[in-house]
Amino acid sequence: MNGPARPDPKLRAAFFARRKWMNRVALALSLVAMIFGVFWLMWILWETLWLGFGGLSLTLFTQSTPPPNDAGGLANALFGSFMMVALATLVGAPIGVLSGVYLAEYHPRGWLAVTVRFVNDLLLSAPSIVIGLFVYAVIVIRFRQFSGWAGAAALSLIVIPVVIRTTENMLALIPSSLREAAYALGAPKWKVIVHVTLNAARAGVVTGILLAVARISGETAPLLFTALNNQFWTSGLSGPTANLPVTIFQFAMSPYENWQQLAWVGVFLITLAVLGLNILARLLSRHK
Amino acid sequence: MVENLSLSPAPTSGQGERGARRGVSNAFSDLVFGLLTRGAALFTLALLLGIIVSLVIGAWPAIERYGLGFLTHNVWDPVREDFGGLVMIYGTLATSAIALLIAVPVSFGIALFLTELSPIWLKRPLGAAIELLAAVPSIVYGMWGLMVFGPVLARYVQQPLQAWLGDAPGFGALVSGPPVGIGILSAGIILSIMIIPFIASVMRDVFEVTPPLLKESAYGLGATTWEVIRHIVLPYTRAGVMGGIMLGLGRALGETMAVTFVIGNMNQLRSPSLFEAANSITSALANEFAEAAPGMHQAALIYLGLILFLITFVVLVFSRLLLLRLQKNEGRRA
Repeated sequence: MNGPARPDPKLRAAFFARRKWMNRVALALSLVAMIFGVFWLMWILWETLWLGFGGLSLTLFTQSTPPPNDAGGLANALFGSFMMVALATLVGAPIGVLSGVYLAEYHPRGWLAVTVRFVNDLLLSAPSIVIGLFVYAVIVIRFRQFSGWAGAAALSLIVIPVVIRTTENMLALIPSSLREAAYALGAPKWKVIVHVTLNAARAGVVTGILLAVARISGETAPLLFTALNNQFWTSGLSGPTANLPVTIFQFAMSPYENWQQLAWVGVFLITLAVLGLNILARLLSRHK
Repeated sequence: MVENLSLSPAPTSGQGERGARRGVSNAFSDLVFGLLTRGAALFTLALLLGIIVSLVIGAWPAIERYGLGFLTHNVWDPVREDFGGLVMIYGTLATSAIALLIAVPVSFGIALFLTELSPIWLKRPLGAAIELLAAVPSIVYGMWGLMVFGPVLARYVQQPLQAWLGDAPGFGALVSGPPVGIGILSAGIILSIMIIPFIASVMRDVFEVTPPLLKESAYGLGATTWEVIRHIVLPYTRAGVMGGIMLGLGRALGETMAVTFVIGNMNQLRSPSLFEAANSITSALANEFAEAAPGMHQAALIYLGLILFLITFVVLVFSRLLLLRLQKNEGRRA
């Protein structure tokens, strides 16, 4: 039996060299891609820090947004944003956690769980401006007024899918022996879930909520026609409410120097908050 | 952690009544808790239905009046109440196409680097950096694009291109327009920066599910790293890679702020230039909706929103199905 014909050694060497060269080119290109990605991150962060840091001052937190070409701060916008984000988290997080518990603990393979999981993945990436349209149709039209309540409702609808996803994933990581041990002691299901599984997955669930807060603190689109914006200090949420993202949008698009400067400061604050929350969430989940 | 877990053994003769009562109250709590979680899960489903129904109701006057012709009509005139969505739909599709064109090869490179090339100690920080890029709110990208990136693009890309190609037939029109750095191209580039992290992290995750056995067999036969990627990893993870790309596309189509800042918000289709101000569905909504008078203008905008939702819906469903297929394969192997 003859072995396969051996090609000319010279040809083989050339072929081998070409393959090696190909490999080097491909890997070099992948290095370039990596540098390209990190480059944008650095550039964006650098500009934000550079242009925003210069405008930091105490009056930011004590004065409301100014008229064009006048001094002022962002106090009303920061307060409005804080109120809406807090309210949205308080409403959205429990619904998300409960729903995540259902997916992980009740009937993980049932029709409802399978459908909800699928729908939740869609909602997670659905355009947030459409959520704004929905809340406009359901709340703003009904009460004939833009309001902070509507803004908070829109944000809470964005919190829910994020929390569902992380809660479910974290609960799935809990070994079933823990659950079984609790059942064997005679604990009812709700106690097993609340005191054992959720308790053991606490760090992960909190991480998910932090990520959701980070996500909504920068969301602008769903607030554009729910909370709208307000130039003045408002203590309630029942009328148009000032908030940081929409203020940044208006100020950045304006031709006034001082507004643009305030917009940069706002962007700086938002970036700082969002990246800080993300890093905190990361540390928390690694710790566990 | 479980010290406050009160036990409820089956009622025995000694503590009969108390145990029985506690059993009943536990059964009741169990029922309530189960219903609560089920209700929360159903709420998510209701949310999706609610969004679709409310959009259809809101858009109904416009759907009734324009029908499907809305998709191909390129006039948007709130004064005479003549509305067509072609300009915005084109803007959305064109910016997303540019974004994918840039983001897909770059994300592939990044995923390749992170899975095959990177030293172990660099993997975590680089992966984290890419994921942080995904967390930066879109308004930051938008502001940066308008104030920093746009002028740079106009000065160092558009003007040289105009000088070079300005007189060439066909190409000249593509690069015409005032050099201010807004338009389809800037929006596309900024979208691409935004979706790179999403696509790259999905690709990295699916590359990592390739069984080491397969890869090592190929290495054992003398394949180079690139050949292993090209002929083993990619075919194995094809569905997942496509799913990741679709996920990025879904994001790009629905992104609002980053586009609104830099696209210029002008309803025109006359100029094919990549540097001319244009409009997209999301930027039209962001700019006009709050001020639109209730009636046909608002209905037409909601119609646009409905179209956007349906497009992203289809893209995302497709993406999920592809990713699920990969997961299923994984399950069968195990």
